[in-house]
Amino acid sequence: MVEKKEFQNNEEIAWCPGCGNFSIHATLQGALADLDLEPHQVVISSGIGQAAKMPHYLKINGFNGLHGRALPVGTALAAVRKDLKVIVESGDGDIYGEGGNHFLHAFRRNPDLALFVHNNQVYGLTKGQASPTSELGMKTGVQVKGVSNLPLNPLLVALAGGASFVARSFAGDRKHLQEMMKEAIQHKGFAFLDILQPCVTFNKINTFKWYKDRVYYLEEDHEKGNWEQAVRRAQEWGDRIPLGIFFRQERNVFAGDFPELSREEVFDPRERIYCWPEVLENFK
Amino acid sequence: MMFNIRVGGEAGQGMNTIGTLLAKSLLRLGYHVFTSKDYMSRIRGGHNYSDVRFSPEPQQSGTEKVDILLALNEETWEIHRNTLGDEGIVVFDQDDFSPEGQGPKKKGISLKKKAEEIGDRRIGGVIALGLIHKMLGLDLKQFKKVLEEKFSGEILEKNLQGLDWGYAEGEPIFSVSEGKGLKGTKLISGNDAIGLGALVGGVQFYSAYPMTPSTGVLNFLASQGERFNILVEQAEDEIAAINMALGASFGGVRAMTGTSGGGFSLMVEGVGLAGITETPLVILNAQRPGPATGLPTRTEQGDLGFVIHAAQGEFPRIVLAPRGVSEAFYQTIRALNLADRYQLPVIILSDQFLGDSEQTVMEFDPEKVKIDRGKLIKTHEEETPYLRYKFTEDGISPRLIPGEKGEVVLADSDEHNQAGNIIEDSETRSKMVEKRMKRMETIKEEMEPPLYEGPDPQNADFILVSWGANYGPVEEGRKALEEDGFKLGHYSFQDIWPLPGGNWEKTLQTKPWILIENNYSGQLGSLLKQNGTGSPEVFIRKYDGRPFTGDEIKRRIKEEVGPRG
Ligand SMILES: Cc1ncc(C[n+]2csc(CCOP(=O)(O)OP(=O)(O)O)c2C)c(N)n1
Ligand SMILES: [Mg+2]
Repeated sequence: MVEKKEFQNNEEIAWCPGCGNFSIHATLQGALADLDLEPHQVVISSGIGQAAKMPHYLKINGFNGLHGRALPVGTALAAVRKDLKVIVESGDGDIYGEGGNHFLHAFRRNPDLALFVHNNQVYGLTKGQASPTSELGMKTGVQVKGVSNLPLNPLLVALAGGASFVARSFAGDRKHLQEMMKEAIQHKGFAFLDILQPCVTFNKINTFKWYKDRVYYLEEDHEKGNWEQAVRRAQEWGDRIPLGIFFRQERNVFAGDFPELSREEVFDPRERIYCWPEVLENFK
Repeated sequence: MMFNIRVGGEAGQGMNTIGTLLAKSLLRLGYHVFTSKDYMSRIRGGHNYSDVRFSPEPQQSGTEKVDILLALNEETWEIHRNTLGDEGIVVFDQDDFSPEGQGPKKKGISLKKKAEEIGDRRIGGVIALGLIHKMLGLDLKQFKKVLEEKFSGEILEKNLQGLDWGYAEGEPIFSVSEGKGLKGTKLISGNDAIGLGALVGGVQFYSAYPMTPSTGVLNFLASQGERFNILVEQAEDEIAAINMALGASFGGVRAMTGTSGGGFSLMVEGVGLAGITETPLVILNAQRPGPATGLPTRTEQGDLGFVIHAAQGEFPRIVLAPRGVSEAFYQTIRALNLADRYQLPVIILSDQFLGDSEQTVMEFDPEKVKIDRGKLIKTHEEETPYLRYKFTEDGISPRLIPGEKGEVVLADSDEHNQAGNIIEDSETRSKMVEKRMKRMETIKEEMEPPLYEGPDPQNADFILVSWGANYGPVEEGRKALEEDGFKLGHYSFQDIWPLPGGNWEKTLQTKPWILIENNYSGQLGSLLKQNGTGSPEVFIRKYDGRPFTGDEIKRRIKEEVGPRG
């Protein structure tokens, strides 16, 4: 049995007191332990932002790369290191804004990884500008007259793009979040989990209470394989916000026919030297 | 003896295939062959041509002079008529047009019509090549073998029929020296050589977004991927391409990405990421003329200054500019080793000229291929937890492949401590900068000085200075000038950054030198100047998107320094 505390390290955490990230942080450890995954078997690829600091606050393999670029890094890792569980973790600005193109293409490519987006509907680290999911009218130091760009519905985008696993959870509901994380990590292919995450400092609209008053679970009998139904339910936002797995489907994963490399093979690609002269036959 | 055959027409007329077939036949007849392509950024129409140059002697350059012009349309005749010397001859389809005017000899032949008569419209080119073999007094045996390997059945029959018919239509009018029957030589393009280097060098992951003239490498590796377990992925953009490659490299496999200037511009932040995370990565930048879209299918050496400085901040990197096709192969392997050894980005700076031209190369030597993964480790032996950025004497930390029980590996684009965790304190920051930068000193020592050719520098009138694939044309020009009584030396740089030390520094301080670059501003020249060489006496430059040729170098040096001897 793996225990939660195996993921603990002693880094000082730079999140604001009361931030939704704390519960995501604790829940992730629970999910990994529940799945009997050890720290060395998991790798987190993250971008830049408050959410993206996650790999620093865990004892876990991590690649904390560039703003917006966590998905490409994770995609390649999942392909060449099939022995590792890959989690991509970042903020809404990082994944839906700066990295939007990678988000779109991850649906099509279907890499075997879980994407956890801490969606606080704001740019936290850069102090409160609008993110792609900020509500219309939200005033910030930049959007001084209020946000006028339509908020993006990431679940709908994912469904439209062909994502093979689309789910939503809430940082304020750890039990549900842990279930969703486990399902996502176990899904074979690209598993997208949007996590509603209150930002106590910069988002005064979408507070803990705001979410609590609105979220509810998708019904037990919601058909996860029914894409039309998923699309319909994903449009619900406002007074009532559904949580749960909207859609799930198994399909070919990225680089599925690329072999699982042993650490030895990763280290030593030498063998090829001896069979290349035949390639040169094309050049005579 | 050098002989040049130019095949011209509009895109879609198959100049490439005709050129390739001819080149293969010549190669097997024992000649050194050099081919180059001049094509427009379009799929149909326009004007394209390819040159096939051959000689019993090695060569690495194109030429301005054409001996046989195979004009597949009238425009080709109009554009290239002046390149034909007095001895030159134009071959054309007599049912299509007839070249007007005085000048070179002319030989009309029925191509399209005859091809249709034989029953395959595509064999017009082969008919012309039959004729050309006859003109050159060359045996058809090797050509037939090439066709037999490529085609079979009825198509082969028709090709052979066309070839024999064309051959019978000609007269032997040139006398060319015999090929030397070279054993084991191959005809390889720069792009394929880089692809081969990547393959033999152990690349297991290659991600790229198509961009001329780098796409050839992507194609080559894709064609070999399944057989050799190389994961080749067309990324959604170049930003994804470089970040994917970094992800793969962090995972422990050898990874590479490739692009041209525009794509490299998008990759720039990723180059810095490789720098600060100390993740080994080889990046190919196959230059084309910029800025922005520039001339997509043409050549230039315009990115040297860019790639040695690209990305914010300071971090070590290596830039190699292969001098020719053979070097493109070995330097790619070396780049992979250097990236692993020093844990940093290594940029291979090639260009369209090198990428698209084919050269006869001696069989690559497996003995010279060594894979060195530097301080990559599979297990962490020490008692204390593994530290990705552990301070060491040489600034290089052991790099653990993630996945070892009990250990975790953390790479970080923020400034970090030895464990890889974010820090902001001044002491750690300074130490980390020093850790990264001090590798440059060791690297500088292993950079190879420029190749020197020519008389003892003290006896030379001028020293020529070139870099990258410009080597071939400049060296050919130098040798031709030597025959005219000039005393010229030639330094050609392949290791560009960090700039290697060597005798060249003193020589260029004391001798007048001629800088030759395929760009406007003399970017290597600026670099040399920073190293105290002063300015060149003469700067020969070219920025029309076309490569230099040996005869052009000769002509332009003569114009600049006057006759000798
Ligand atoms: C290329 C680049 N552009 C901009 C930034 C500045 N930046 C850092 S994080 C961030 C947005 C963070 O928002 P989000 O991803 O939602 O993360 P949060 O802090 O809200 O968790 C921005 C704009 C950067 N680091 N890199
Ligand atoms: Mg955010």
